[in-house]
Amino acid sequence: MILSTCGLTKAYAGVAANTDIDFDLPVGQTRAIIGPNGAGKSTFVGMVCGRIPATRGSVSFDGTDITTMAAHERIRKGMAYTFQITSVFQGLSVRENINLAARRRLGKNKLAVTRKTDEVLERLNIANRSDQLASNLSYGHQRILEIGMGLAQDPRLFILDEPTQGLAESEVDDFNQLMKSMDAETTILLIEHNMNVVMAVAEYITVLDQGMVLANGTPEEIRANTAVQEAYLGTGHG
Amino acid sequence: MTSTAKSNTLHFGLLFFLAIAFLVLPEYHSGNLARIMILAIYAMGYNVLFGYTGLLSLGHALFFSAGMYGLGLTMHLNGWTPAPAFVAALLASTIVAAIVGFLVLRTTGVAFMIVTLMFAQAGYLTILYFGTYTRGDEGFALQQATRQLIGFDLTNPSVRYYTALILFSVVLLLLAYLVRSPFGRTLVAIRENGERAKMLGYNVTAIKLQAVILSGVISGASGAAYALLFGYAGATFATVQYSILPLLWVLVGGAGTTTGAFFGVLFMTYLIDYASGQTNAYLIVVGLVLVAVTLFLPHGIVGTLRNKYAGWLP
Repeated sequence: MILSTCGLTKAYAGVAANTDIDFDLPVGQTRAIIGPNGAGKSTFVGMVCGRIPATRGSVSFDGTDITTMAAHERIRKGMAYTFQITSVFQGLSVRENINLAARRRLGKNKLAVTRKTDEVLERLNIANRSDQLASNLSYGHQRILEIGMGLAQDPRLFILDEPTQGLAESEVDDFNQLMKSMDAETTILLIEHNMNVVMAVAEYITVLDQGMVLANGTPEEIRANTAVQEAYLGTGHG
Repeated sequence: MTSTAKSNTLHFGLLFFLAIAFLVLPEYHSGNLARIMILAIYAMGYNVLFGYTGLLSLGHALFFSAGMYGLGLTMHLNGWTPAPAFVAALLASTIVAAIVGFLVLRTTGVAFMIVTLMFAQAGYLTILYFGTYTRGDEGFALQQATRQLIGFDLTNPSVRYYTALILFSVVLLLLAYLVRSPFGRTLVAIRENGERAKMLGYNVTAIKLQAVILSGVISGASGAAYALLFGYAGATFATVQYSILPLLWVLVGGAGTTTGAFFGVLFMTYLIDYASGQTNAYLIVVGLVLVAVTLFLPHGIVGTLRNKYAGWLP
């Protein structure tokens, strides 16, 4: 397992956002976490990557208990994280954004940093915009850039929090292609509202509802699960 | 020309002009310029933290005076020569910056400003409390006989000018190197989006602490050089006024630019010089000009030039 959580719980002033979540993610899988608004999806990945301190429970990454580690230490272990609300370095160029992500891991090896940056820019089709300020990019391209910052870290676990939110249809198709191309390279944990994306890219799905795991299964199993249909699919989402 | 070449041309060009300025300017102005260069070191130190890392401190007078008294007291009380006294000053400001940084970085935003201000006030009161040694507000002069460095008399105007220029050059070129280095780029990243930097795996708190220390040491070097070259240390330099001044200099010159600190000090010094020659109410004039600068040049002199005409400006 690349990622396991045991009894992971978050309570905000006594209100439970996540309750006793046991979660196992095998190496190489593309896993989607779905669930209605307020189901606790972002809280869960927030606790996994260390942005949100857990009330109780444990998180282990690749066999190491990382429960007490700070967020930046967890990232250094090989996680990458993209924010639900786009979070890039607005005042820096596209290239510099990717550079910063690559440089943290590759360090002083300038050549390797440049090579990695060029590779990511090419792969995401934004090489022709590399000198633009990130703030001058369209919303869609900013989202792509943020994914690029994740890619530049060559993560072993890539966590994406609603990456397609606010993207146009054509951009969503590009995103699906990108996810599929990453499938063989890394383990992906994807929070996603768009059911078309989930069904297209996820190998396995975890459904959260009211802060608890409601179901686990392949896309077909989840589609057929009546409890899921009641809690989620039947409520007009997707 | 690449942006690196342009940036080198700018920095070495500025230093070249300063080197010949002494030969052509009347003594009054070259004396001013020596002082401006020393204070510009202070502004550059402040700029590392404010302009590049995005942390607004209201307590840098503490680091400036740590350097000033680190040199001044060891020379005045212990009879040290300038070189070891200067090292003592750098050590003093490093230690003070490390301790203060460690504590204040638990806060952010407005709390950060207030806590830095409080530490600086505590430092000022400490200087007054130990008035037996520091002579408090009155301060003390460093005797001409002690201000000798490897055979040069630092009270001589030309020696003083070129010593100031050497120190200024070292700090300017260091800063120019720093902002292009991975460390400097990381500081800018933290300024732009600290949360994102953290989630790229950077230890933001540790890097900010390094920035506070670097900023503090450069400010301390300026304070030490000021005491050494102008022969005086006094508690006035630890007051809140000397914490606000570098902020003004950097804002006027251009936060997050390598040369903005120098032009900010130059502009403010001559503005005050000129206005006080015209009227007793010169602070009103200075205030109005500052309001105008913030209105029309919100990114400072060099910052506005960079935004409008020369994006390569470092």
